[in-house]
Amino acid sequence: MNKKTLSFPYLFWAGAFIVIPLCMVFYYGITDKTGAFTLENIITIATQEHCKALLLSIELSLISTILCFLLAYPLAMILTGMEVNTHSFIVLIFILPMWMNFLLRTLAWQTLLEKTGVINSILGFLHLPALELINTPGAIVLGMVYNFLPFMVLPIYNALAKIDKNVINAARDLGANGIQTFLRITLPLSLPGIISGVTMVFIPALTTFVISTLLGGSKILLIGNVIEQEFTQTGNWHLGSGLSIVLMIFILINMILEAVFDQEGEGASL
Amino acid sequence: MKRKCKILIPLILGMSMFALTACGSGQSGANGEVIVYNWGEYIDPDVISSFEEETGIRVIYDEFETNEIMYPKVEAGASAYDVVCPSDYMIRKMIDNDLLAKIDFDHIPNAKAHIGQQYYEQSREFDPTNEYSIPYCWGTVGILYNKTMVAQPVDSWNILWDETYADSILMQDSVRDAFMVALKRDGASMNTLDETQLQAAKEALIAQKPLVQAYVIDQVRDKMIGGEAAIGVIYSGEAIYTQRENPDLEYVIPKEGTNVWIDSWVIPKNAPNPENAEKFIDYMCRPDIALKNFEYITYSTPNEGARELIEDEDIKNSPIAFPDLSQYDNLETYSYLGEEGDALYSELWKEVKSE
Repeated sequence: MNKKTLSFPYLFWAGAFIVIPLCMVFYYGITDKTGAFTLENIITIATQEHCKALLLSIELSLISTILCFLLAYPLAMILTGMEVNTHSFIVLIFILPMWMNFLLRTLAWQTLLEKTGVINSILGFLHLPALELINTPGAIVLGMVYNFLPFMVLPIYNALAKIDKNVINAARDLGANGIQTFLRITLPLSLPGIISGVTMVFIPALTTFVISTLLGGSKILLIGNVIEQEFTQTGNWHLGSGLSIVLMIFILINMILEAVFDQEGEGASL
Repeated sequence: MKRKCKILIPLILGMSMFALTACGSGQSGANGEVIVYNWGEYIDPDVISSFEEETGIRVIYDEFETNEIMYPKVEAGASAYDVVCPSDYMIRKMIDNDLLAKIDFDHIPNAKAHIGQQYYEQSREFDPTNEYSIPYCWGTVGILYNKTMVAQPVDSWNILWDETYADSILMQDSVRDAFMVALKRDGASMNTLDETQLQAAKEALIAQKPLVQAYVIDQVRDKMIGGEAAIGVIYSGEAIYTQRENPDLEYVIPKEGTNVWIDSWVIPKNAPNPENAEKFIDYMCRPDIALKNFEYITYSTPNEGARELIEDEDIKNSPIAFPDLSQYDNLETYSYLGEEGDALYSELWKEVKSE
């Protein structure tokens, strides 16, 4: 068996479940109900409701990505400095929740944040005023950060672990202090990990509709929710596909940025 | 040529494996199978197994969450179903688009004998000749409130706009139900296509939004039981269940009127096993079976025979499960609005949600 034969299952998979569905999305996106060519489905992104949903999605996913980064980078640095046994234990702790279903974990947050939920019950017990936590943009950001944090930690950790200790030692020998070493050696060398971490957090956060439905009480409409409703409630697949294409453009921009920054192909993904 | 073969053989192998596994899972019963497409949690699972035992027909059971999700699947015909259970307006849409087969009532004697005549009359709003559908469940949409949190009497949709209950109100997260509330409150029809009435309803819903805790569908039930909210819009069938769990809850049909809905069994035109579909519907109409389903899902049954069999007098005469509809003169059933009407409603709903 040569290599090409071995690649067949993958080709079949990619064709049947990636290329064909993508083509269908494009077909639906640029046609109307009668099957005639139109760009209207894509242009509707400019209407007030869609634009607002898209901007809000971008805003919330950017905030989540930055928060994830700020949390993940120090953690990854701590992990690389640890003994092998300790760090694999901590990595396990981070990966363990991912063995549970994503929906269940988000529903658990609902129970924690609710008006009569766990957090407010504890506050009430301590005679502190109850907080309005659920059904706010903050709750959605929390859900995104919680769910996507491991996707940021692991690539950064991989990138950091790959850095040759001698490079850092050389910098110190040549007189660079801690901050200089970090800014000029560690950070640039971990860039590929950061880029793939950012991509892996930003894209799912941008397209999510489950988190905003469960933690936003369906009061906050993200672009993912708009698309989901076009498919499930309104039954307008054409409009839903058109908006998906617009979203794909944003994802493409993100991936091009990734390719530019990560030219050596060292992207330390999972 | 040889090279091609190398690629072709695994392809063929793969395909046949695919086909084989597909067949393997479709092991049919002694008397064939029946493919049922019903709402989620809308049947007592024991009923399915007892049907299989009694008839030797294997049931392939599939569930949907909303009429809108069900429709494209039946329309596309990619997965053919024998029995489907859509709601009123969706049945009309399916009849209009020639997706349903006429039902031979002679093959379904239980439907004739036990389903109350008034439900067939009600069905004429969407199935004018009573040829396409057999009622399975029915009910109203109303307000569920927690007596410990709401002191004033509740009898009007207006309470959903009362600022006293800010952040304690649950609305239905579906276009038709949300607009029904706003339209009925203004005294308009829930099937209106009048631009000014709809704009007014939209403005009302936008004004209401800050008071709403969340737009939910199935979660109204749990949130009301848990005391998370004071007032919620809910289907009458869920109300009995919630009261059983939390006795502080009370259900009312607002004085401005509301939606009376019927979910009925229909047989699609492309049903592969229409005879088995008839047998299945007939079985569902048997009073003891309808009673089992009623006790499990607590949605009102149109089966008079089953109602007679209910032992608990309180449930049998419950104004929630079996309200006397003749005391209201402003009840309506959703009608199919046409494609443009549907698009208009969803556009307005999107404006509300994105506000």
